[in-house]
Amino acid sequence: MVDDVPLAGLAGQTIAGVLMAAGRQSWRTTGRRSRPRGVFCGIGVCFDCLVTVNGLPDVRACQRHAADGDEVTTHA
Amino acid sequence: MPEVLIIGAGPAGLAAAAAARRSGARVIVLDAAEEVGGQYWRHLPAQRPAAREHVLHHGWDRFAALRRELTGAEIVTAAQVWLAERHDDRPPTIRVLVGPADGNDRRSRTFEPDALVLATGAYERTLPFPGWDLPGVFTAGAAQSLAKAERVAVGRRVLVAGAGPFLLPVASSLIRTGARVAGVLEAGGWGRLGRAWTARPTELLSASRKAGELAGYVRDLARHRVPYRVATGVIAAHGHDRVEEVTVARLDTQWTPIPGTSRRLVVDAVCVSHGFLPRTELAVAAGCETGPEGAVAVDGDCRTSVPGVFAAGEITGIGGADLALAEGTIAGTVAAGAAPTAAQRRDVLTHQRFAARLGAGHGIRPGWTGWLADDTLICRCEEVTAGELRDIAVATGSRGLRSLKLSTRAGLGVCQGRVCGRSVEELLDRTTGGLLDPGRTATRPLAGLVRLGELARMQGDTE
Amino acid sequence: MKVIVVGAGVVGAAVARELTGAGVAVTVLDRSASAGGTSAAGEGNLLVSDKGPGAELELAQRSLTLWAAMKDEVEGFPSMEYEAKGGLVVATTEAGAAGLRSFASSQRGAGVIADDVDPHELEPDLTPDCTAAVHYPQDAQVQPAIATEALLAEARRRGAVVRQGAEVLAPLLVGDRLAGVRTTAGDLLADHVVVAAGPWSGEVAARLGVALPVRPRRGTILVTTRMPQRIRHKVYDADYVGAVGSSDAALQTSSVVESTASGTVLIGSSRERRGFDGRIEARVLSALAAKAIALFPFLSDVAVMRAYGGFRPYVPDHLPVIGPDPRLSGLWHATGHEGAGIVLSAATAELLADLLLGRPVKVPASAFAVERPTLASHLASSV
Repeated sequence: MVDDVPLAGLAGQTIAGVLMAAGRQSWRTTGRRSRPRGVFCGIGVCFDCLVTVNGLPDVRACQRHAADGDEVTTHA
Repeated sequence: MPEVLIIGAGPAGLAAAAAARRSGARVIVLDAAEEVGGQYWRHLPAQRPAAREHVLHHGWDRFAALRRELTGAEIVTAAQVWLAERHDDRPPTIRVLVGPADGNDRRSRTFEPDALVLATGAYERTLPFPGWDLPGVFTAGAAQSLAKAERVAVGRRVLVAGAGPFLLPVASSLIRTGARVAGVLEAGGWGRLGRAWTARPTELLSASRKAGELAGYVRDLARHRVPYRVATGVIAAHGHDRVEEVTVARLDTQWTPIPGTSRRLVVDAVCVSHGFLPRTELAVAAGCETGPEGAVAVDGDCRTSVPGVFAAGEITGIGGADLALAEGTIAGTVAAGAAPTAAQRRDVLTHQRFAARLGAGHGIRPGWTGWLADDTLICRCEEVTAGELRDIAVATGSRGLRSLKLSTRAGLGVCQGRVCGRSVEELLDRTTGGLLDPGRTATRPLAGLVRLGELARMQGDTE
Repeated sequence: MKVIVVGAGVVGAAVARELTGAGVAVTVLDRSASAGGTSAAGEGNLLVSDKGPGAELELAQRSLTLWAAMKDEVEGFPSMEYEAKGGLVVATTEAGAAGLRSFASSQRGAGVIADDVDPHELEPDLTPDCTAAVHYPQDAQVQPAIATEALLAEARRRGAVVRQGAEVLAPLLVGDRLAGVRTTAGDLLADHVVVAAGPWSGEVAARLGVALPVRPRRGTILVTTRMPQRIRHKVYDADYVGAVGSSDAALQTSSVVESTASGTVLIGSSRERRGFDGRIEARVLSALAAKAIALFPFLSDVAVMRAYGGFRPYVPDHLPVIGPDPRLSGLWHATGHEGAGIVLSAATAELLADLLLGRPVKVPASAFAVERPTLASHLASSV
């Protein structure tokens, strides 16, 4: 579930992979200038792709593998 | 039997693990990812095995062989090393959290190895340019890892730009995942590239695998009619909430954009990489000395300045997978108390020479600041612009990076300066007339995010 | 009159600003860059709440008045993030509650505003296990590095010269009077030399020929990722007051938790004496985390992105050293503020300038004098 919308992913995909395969390119808004962000580095370095997973904030979508039943909240 | 702990399961780490096993050591390998292989051999997860991984991967057979040699070693994946506690006279105590990335209930483990091999690799350096914070701007590595591990193309019409041979396999991966590549732009000019690539015959022979690999990519681009331009770069990205167009321009030998040469291209994604930075936070925390470019200083045996700590692969200097494999073999062998063969040592030297030439050909030139505007973000996390950096440096008169980081907030955000650190240092160094405490953007005692609850639960086993 | 100030931290900056305001020609030296030591490593506390009646409290009270006037003095500068947010001290045991109540009562006698409160009205997310809470509305906060740079910029605007990367090597003596310093950037002459080098003051004093018992006392702070603000005050547990005043060399932690203007939460504070050993250790971070969660249970899921350490200038009797050195004419000290250097810098500078210029003092100076009885045994001999 991403923002209460069910999204199917393939086994072993990261949350970022699921979101991008579904056509999302950004899912977070920056704190100071309210700009959209999504994946930038793709390898866990830049922290641009943060999402909330099952209520836990600040999870890198490009590093966390999606599990069945995960509730993902984006900050767009 | 000495216990050898290896951090990083890319080419260097796996070669070190295999070599240490062959030399009779007890071997433990840690990697933050859920699969071994590192960024170089990033692949589909075990749940989705692909019969044709070798199509997207060079040296896949080598990887398969290394994996077989790991029998008997303890492999801990999804292992976030978050702290290395320095001891100076012996390897650091390594604190690890094992579990889902950025979780809040990971298992705490502590290692006190007899020998430590750091093989933490590198990540890309992307120079800032106007609009680089727009969604649709990716590092080339992002495009590569999304293609390799997710089979996702970052866009339909994609431009690849920056510097270095890495742009070629990225373009190739994009083509294979169905994207149309609008072009590959290399900032370096033919003059420098030519000197880098026209290797001496002996080097070419030993490094032929690398040269052959690159030649394959070039053929790939030609087959798909992808233009390859040198002395050219992306100097701006445009769009409202995502990339819609980019401005490209010719660059002079110092990478300063040449006036009157810019033009706009319509794309929906752009992948930019200007080189690589060694991932040294654990080495720095462990007390290892670093060289002028920030790489970990090692001797011919891959020993760092800290007794019992070895480093191999990209963290000792950017050199590619072949050099990483060669260094990993030396590091693993010596860490296990054995001696490498003369042929193994020669292998390292040959690849080092090749890497040095590539570095000279593709290295970042100072003219890049010519494409910055005052409102160009330098620090993406804290959204600090080039103009703010300069104005605050002038207003305070400080020549201290520590103070300027605190007064500008550049590098203080959640990535902790991993992305902007070098660029911030370079810009401030020029504005202040020379920083008195350079290198600070590489100091990150915490190597990853840790939840307070996880920290608190460690009480008692942290003595 | 010419004065050299050694140290471009908050105390040196405040002294330079104060002296240039009186028309003195000031040169500030730092062996590295400005605001790069202790002043860049703390939370920016402007506290009265942790100080019992006495000379240090008076200095802090005077300082708070001065800070409130200085907070927006420098134009064209990033904000020093002055915030009169108030402190909330919380006890979680019955013994702690009794100690806190009697401490607060003694502070009220000395003019500190200290109100017994229901802590959950001020901090809804605080642990339910509170046995007592005292609100100190006078407590405030600044961003210490910016505050230091702002003071220094103001001094520079008034004519001070700031030389970064110039390290003091030796005294220049005329007869038995200090007449300047030899530095890595050459010889500099002055009528007076003020040592304001924080935890490195003992080393600078030694190079100038006198012993000064200022030693480093290590501290470590955790910084979380940004989050929506849920902590409104500077909140700490009542143990903190005991740790501040303690002379124990072993590790002590007590919780100090607060939000910053940027949205991060700072978690301190540890105190440990072990020289200039800057290593970050899991046992310290773990203890800090546990105490912070004890105050605010919701912090358990919050991510820490950075840990950093610094050194407080520690003096055995826990009081700063401010004034002339009777052993060497021309030498002055403004150092040894331990964890309170940011707040105390303001009144320290004023007091030092008053003494140096022969003006009437606003706070009694004798408690901070080099020759005070509680320091005598530590000054044994010149080096």
